[in-house]
Amino acid sequence: MPVLSTSAIALIDRLNRGDVTSFELTDASLNAIASQDSNIRAFLSVNADAALAQAKAIDERRKAGQTVGKLAGLPIAVKDNMCTLGVKTTCASRILENFVPPYDASVVEKLRAADAVLVGKTNLDEFAMGSSTENSAFQVTRNPWNLEHTVGGSSGGSAAAVSARMVPLSLGSDTGGSIRQPAGFCGVVGMKPTYGRVSRYGLVAYASSLDQIGPFATDVASAALLLEVISGHDGRDSTSVDRPVPEYSQTVEQPLTGLRVGIAREHFVEGLDREVQAAIKQSLDVYRSLGAHIVELSLPHSKYAIATYYLIAASEASSNLARFDGVHYGHRAAKFDNLIDMYSASRGEGFGPEVKRRIMLGTYALSAGYYDAYYLKALKARRLIRRDFDAAFERCDVLASPIASTPAFRLGELVNDPLAMYLSDIYTISANLAGIPGLSLPCGFSSTGLPVGLQLLAAPFEEEKLLRAARMFERATDWHMKSPN
Amino acid sequence: MAEPLTKETVKKVAHLARLKLSDAELDLFTTQLSQVLGYVELLNELDTSAVEPMAHVADIANVFRDDEVRPSLPRAAALSNAPKTDGEYFVVPQILEEG
Repeated sequence: MPVLSTSAIALIDRLNRGDVTSFELTDASLNAIASQDSNIRAFLSVNADAALAQAKAIDERRKAGQTVGKLAGLPIAVKDNMCTLGVKTTCASRILENFVPPYDASVVEKLRAADAVLVGKTNLDEFAMGSSTENSAFQVTRNPWNLEHTVGGSSGGSAAAVSARMVPLSLGSDTGGSIRQPAGFCGVVGMKPTYGRVSRYGLVAYASSLDQIGPFATDVASAALLLEVISGHDGRDSTSVDRPVPEYSQTVEQPLTGLRVGIAREHFVEGLDREVQAAIKQSLDVYRSLGAHIVELSLPHSKYAIATYYLIAASEASSNLARFDGVHYGHRAAKFDNLIDMYSASRGEGFGPEVKRRIMLGTYALSAGYYDAYYLKALKARRLIRRDFDAAFERCDVLASPIASTPAFRLGELVNDPLAMYLSDIYTISANLAGIPGLSLPCGFSSTGLPVGLQLLAAPFEEEKLLRAARMFERATDWHMKSPN
Repeated sequence: MAEPLTKETVKKVAHLARLKLSDAELDLFTTQLSQVLGYVELLNELDTSAVEPMAHVADIANVFRDDEVRPSLPRAAALSNAPKTDGEYFVVPQILEEG
């Protein structure tokens, strides 16, 4: 059995027992990437020498009995929209093709402090805009379960890297489902924490009121551990919240008594794939068998979530991406007439179609005469969506739903129809608008062998409850034990 | 809203967004953005006259800190990704006419 076939938590046990070394794990990770990634294409860059050197140093410290961090010696991959000192951070965009950050993102600092071994940076939809990782300027990532299907997105590379057991852990970012949906499509655990739980300093901004960084792992307990490592207040991100970080990994094994699992009637409507629906219903039966109560409720503004999201996200993107002007960093056009033309030409050449579309939509929604009708209207709808969740969590502890209407769609199926692609985010997008935590965990397979994900959502800062509820389910099932290899 | 999006409008928005688009892109975006704008009309169903806009979910007002000098990126690091620099400054095309 390959060494990386077990969870991050199990690997840490083995490292601590001296059963395996970080050098061996890192080497195994690099070998897995070398043998599998020419097909899957999850990685945009791999730092073999640096990773092996770091692994060796950690092994020596461990051997000498020195204190090591919580993730000491574990290979990890990071989505390529988080800054890594001295290592290219491209956002899968031509405009940042040669960008080498002069600093680390907060989460990367935290990974280094925890002695995780950064093996490489993973593919994404350009600037995290997309739901299939097909919008990368450099490569298309393929689903390890079936190479003709997408991995989801935008954190598709990070999801695929864990799914194919090339690394036991990875980081993604989630603006409208970009961690949870690819986790569901790839059969792994992926979590978006509460807005403000994890610092976004050094995460290249897409939509700042929605973006949040979170973990991927093969099981819930390992995701809990990684969340624990990356969470916490950071003065460099004024939206990061100053409140204690619970030791999620210490409580995750404790089942919840009297758990109330909510289901929203708006989540089980026409358009939901029958096999997905069946897997979710079976999941609810699992919860019933564990003593949980299923509570039916309503999220009446669900149908407005996608329209609200695309107006807000595009508006924020048009503002955030104004910084790419060919002056301080990034691509500058070779030919231009004057300063304005230099901006326009550089951006026209550097951005791909989906990024341009969202900048255009956002610029339009914020422009004089349209601001009230589009952007302001969306901000009001956003409050109504949040209120739906506040009311729902009075009646339940976690909300259960599908992660997407279907299992992973085929490569090319939606990429030329932007609106259809946007509509595929129906189940994940509300959590970002409301700022609440959510996760995806494996709950079945389609008849064609593609994973199905169960989404659980909770009230703000209820990550601990969310993880414990997820672990209860996981312990009673074996979906997370299956891997595509 | 509701008035159809014209190619002229898309051209104007592209200028505001500082995006040089080809003619083919302008045509494509006119169609695609019209579809998206048609879809978001859905929000007009909602009576939001008594709803406060929600720009942000975090329960945070302004976050202040003392205005003190702190270490920051060294100049060489800050310039390291610049498309054009003279070693001290970012270099851009001339903006002001010669006087």
